Amino acid sequence: MATVDVTGCAAPDQAAPLPAGVDLARETVITGRVTAADTGEPVAGAYVRLLDAGGDFTAEVVSGPAGQFRFFAAPGAWTLRALSRLGQGTAEVTADRGLTEVTVAVAR
Amino acid sequence: MSRETALVTADWAEKNLGAPGIVFIEVDEDTSAYDAGHIPGAIKLDWKKDLQDPVRRDFLNKQQFEALLSERGVANDDTVILYGGNNNWFAAYAYWYFKLYGHRDVRLLDGGRKKWELDNRPLSTDEVRRPATVYTAQEPDTSIRAFRDEVIAAIGTKNLVDVRSPDEYAGRLLAPAHLPQEQAQRAGHIPTAVNVPWSKAANEDGTFKSDDELRELYAAAGLDESKPTIAYCRIGERSSHTWFVLRELLGYRDVKNYDGSWTEYGSLVGVPVALGDAPGEA
Repeated sequence: MATVDVTGCAAPDQAAPLPAGVDLARETVITGRVTAADTGEPVAGAYVRLLDAGGDFTAEVVSGPAGQFRFFAAPGAWTLRALSRLGQGTAEVTADRGLTEVTVAVAR
Repeated sequence: MSRETALVTADWAEKNLGAPGIVFIEVDEDTSAYDAGHIPGAIKLDWKKDLQDPVRRDFLNKQQFEALLSERGVANDDTVILYGGNNNWFAAYAYWYFKLYGHRDVRLLDGGRKKWELDNRPLSTDEVRRPATVYTAQEPDTSIRAFRDEVIAAIGTKNLVDVRSPDEYAGRLLAPAHLPQEQAQRAGHIPTAVNVPWSKAANEDGTFKSDDELRELYAAAGLDESKPTIAYCRIGERSSHTWFVLRELLGYRDVKNYDGSWTEYGSLVGVPVALGDAPGEA
């Protein structure tokens, strides 16, 4: 099983389950899937970025085989922005501590 | 330095695939992306396994770097084109590293792996082996690398640029948001450092903004071009991206990358730390 490597900066494997040791009482985890707007099919290999309430870049990951992505954020308002070969999409989310799920649909 | 000598476009790169004297190198912390498909003919360097000392927190010494490039088949007079994921963070780090050891002609692929993929350009899974060379590195050029005592002395005197996200700068987050937040070091930033997130220098597809946009960005942040500048982030890769912009694209004369960055500074005993969105006092 892949684990999250806290020493480096590369995006951890987005297909991995939430690593043991992540305390959902303390962490604000934003997770979800990138899908194609027309078919609803998952989009793998999309570049998903998390923008803060001011629209500033916070982090970027590449979606996993089933379109999954995950961020460790802080409580508040966030924007998810996805770029892929199938097009692009945006989703707004308000997250609190624990798990917040969101779908980002992409289209040309 | 300038855009013409430091950067190549994806179009230029695609036209020069396989050209003699040009070596493409993909650099990432995790090379699984390379293994699943890389620019045809490109070799890989693993930021951690290949470029960091396996025991001490430092990078390879001159002899280790020479051995690495010789074994991978990179020659002193090759034009090295670096690219990678994470918006070229690790490729920019490798660029700085190649410069530190005096490689003559090294360039970044604008937009890195992301633009290449989004453009649907060719990727290959073929194994790439280059015949070994005898590579000779120069002594490390410490005019582009900052160490911690120099950083502490720079508070209130030199330009300090913190290129992390605003939330990391203010101390609300300790790491980029794709990583868990529980860390040993204190949160915050080096007093008097201005916050210009690395991402402000890049377009959404990972390419660099124009020179005019970049110059305006750092001027608006209060960076004094006549003063020496030290850039830092968390572990020194995002700040390599900004170091590249300031020194290689904009031609600022004295710019150093502090690769110890926040994981070192935020763990030091007794140093000043500023919290919140303002730079703070010296």
